[in-house]
Amino acid sequence: MNRHTLFGGAYALAFFSFLFGPLVIMATTAFNSSRFPRVAPWECFTTGWFGELFGNARLMEGLMNSVIIGVGVVALAVPIGLAGALALSELPPKLRSMLYTVLILPILIPGVVLGISTIVLWGQITRGTGAGFLYNGYFLTIVGQITFVSAYAMLVFIARLQRFDATQTEAALDLGATPGQAFRKILLPFMAPAIGSAAFITLLASFENYNTTVFTVLSESTFTTALASKVRHGTDPSLSALAVIIITLTLVGALTNEAYQRRKEAESGGRASRSPLYANPVTRALTHPGIVFAILVTVIGGITYAGSQYDSSVCEAAVLQEKLDRQEELRAEQRARIEAQEAEQGVTVPKPDSAFGGAFGGVGTPAAPAAPKPESPSAFGGAFGGITAPEVDE
Amino acid sequence: MPDQTPDRIPDRSVLLDHVSIRFGNFTAVDNANLKINSGEFFSFLGPSGCGKTTMLRCISGFSEPTEGKVLIGGKDMAGVGPNKRPTALIFQHLALFPLMSVAENIAFPLEVRGVSKKARRKKADELLDMIALPGIGDKKVSELSGGQKQRVAIARALAVEPDILLLDEPLSALDLKLRQHMRTELRAIQKQVGVTFIYITHDQGEALTMSDRVAVMSRGVIEQVGEPDHIYNRPRSAFVASFVGENNALQGVIKGQSGDLAALETPMGTYEARVGGGRKYKAGDEALLFVRPEQLIPGATENAFHATLTRQEFEGATNHVFAKAGDTELRISMVNAGLAGSLPGQGESLSLGFQPMNGTILPVGHMASDS
Repeated sequence: MNRHTLFGGAYALAFFSFLFGPLVIMATTAFNSSRFPRVAPWECFTTGWFGELFGNARLMEGLMNSVIIGVGVVALAVPIGLAGALALSELPPKLRSMLYTVLILPILIPGVVLGISTIVLWGQITRGTGAGFLYNGYFLTIVGQITFVSAYAMLVFIARLQRFDATQTEAALDLGATPGQAFRKILLPFMAPAIGSAAFITLLASFENYNTTVFTVLSESTFTTALASKVRHGTDPSLSALAVIIITLTLVGALTNEAYQRRKEAESGGRASRSPLYANPVTRALTHPGIVFAILVTVIGGITYAGSQYDSSVCEAAVLQEKLDRQEELRAEQRARIEAQEAEQGVTVPKPDSAFGGAFGGVGTPAAPAAPKPESPSAFGGAFGGITAPEVDE
Repeated sequence: MPDQTPDRIPDRSVLLDHVSIRFGNFTAVDNANLKINSGEFFSFLGPSGCGKTTMLRCISGFSEPTEGKVLIGGKDMAGVGPNKRPTALIFQHLALFPLMSVAENIAFPLEVRGVSKKARRKKADELLDMIALPGIGDKKVSELSGGQKQRVAIARALAVEPDILLLDEPLSALDLKLRQHMRTELRAIQKQVGVTFIYITHDQGEALTMSDRVAVMSRGVIEQVGEPDHIYNRPRSAFVASFVGENNALQGVIKGQSGDLAALETPMGTYEARVGGGRKYKAGDEALLFVRPEQLIPGATENAFHATLTRQEFEGATNHVFAKAGDTELRISMVNAGLAGSLPGQGESLSLGFQPMNGTILPVGHMASDS
């Protein structure tokens, strides 16, 4: 029994470290001043990478583009998805399964294919009709993403529509509502939660899409494509800072949603009247999702402000000085060793032309060929400075 | 009132003029021809699948007749949508709007007609008073009991001030006591508002107790239209005789007819009974004899069956006695005479007679148990 719980605990620990370990490590690297994202060696606590992130013009421009494209995709994909779901619910079963397959197909087609075909199709159309102004990254990305994102929205709506009682619409019509009124006053309020989730899902799908977007965005870039190209050129901890921001936003959203769900459940289940938590006006107010959200935002806002005021330059300068000192030390060591070698071998200066010099000397005295110009920092940097060398350069 | 101009009395009649409704090869309603009078409580009674709901949807405008015309208040309703007809439908499962409060539900018909919020609330409160549920306007629909939902649905339908109120088995989801209570209440509301009620049901108890007139339907055909006692006492077809109430049926051959009475020869003997529907038979015609269980009198020797009692079912006020006459099992209803009376014992021989006027001879046709 005891051994079982021990094993279970260990397994749970291993499982959660596997899940969340990378996130914790990445979040930690965002606060290390080291130029390469790492936890050890720890140099200085810094919030500078957040500033670096927001100072990256290419990323910020991509973020702006992503927002524009995301809004456009949501505005078009949600109505299209709703229309598709409604159409499916009205059709006879045989036709329905056929149309369903057709509408779902874009999800199954690789994004690369969708991206390329979007460019080809709209290139032809815009050239053919003289609507060349449409051939730009924003428009193409929106239409390219809509082809599959609206199918996601449709799936959300289909699930909700299955629980809709069609006689509600009939009742509304019978009571004198026009079809439009029945749609607005009966069906839409019923679909409201699904519209919310569909908008959220489509926004995320648009935001994080790479495969299709990388083609359709042409010379522009979205946040995701900008990020990808940045990673290709070498990573730095400002990406960890981005990860911290995304994790924080997710946590705030999840906690607020959880508070909302629990309250709703307690109220509809009649548990609210019995729970002491809801009897006390203070705790009742504190568990309100709005208050929970406000508290989280206040705390994060405070931390952000405190972080923005933190100055790590003294520490960083000290670390830099330490590195320079260490380098100087190494350089001095090197000089001393060379001098000692020269003294040992007398005045027999190695002949650079000698075939043997290259063959034998290479192993024993690696720095020997560079001896004539020992002052060059780059030569020593390459040989001894190792990882610290780039910092000296910049 | 002599000074009342004719147009102040709204015509709330419904005329079904040779209405047929088909779905592909299937005929849901076959040549229905019938007038429902203004202010009448009219029921369509029939087993499930007999076409009565299709008929109702046709009157309310959710489907159009394949043939024939529907006239409401003398006006042809062809091409008039459900939201434009002077009808209101109460759905089987009521179809109250769960996201709205009770008052919002009731005032919905006014909302879509652009009535101001204040006037809507006033009307909703009036209607809540009428259905004897004052002060529940702000409740959610889910907080109501079954009977309350029922009455809210009626109030919502009446908010339109319809000429015709159509009810699609609205009591079927309620328990027995509540159902009986709602019957009385529906009837009272109908008397109060004077609207024509068209009521759909498979429950003959509901149809017979509430209605001014009943139409019995089977397989898309209206078998008989009439007042409840006519339907029960003077069935015009084998289906009506077997569907409405209990009945004993015997097949035989006509020996002769004189006026309203005819003699039918069966394997158990020859019986005299009234001819249903004023039909004329020739000797040798095949026919069915129907005798109600309560019309069979033990001990009577005229026009009688000789039977052996097989089993009994006790049901409080009545005792259902089953007796075998030849190959036929007869059903007899006996009033519980209490402790002072006595019941025949098992295996006892009985003579079961009936008055010729209380038996009905009808042509051979499909019966309720066939469908």
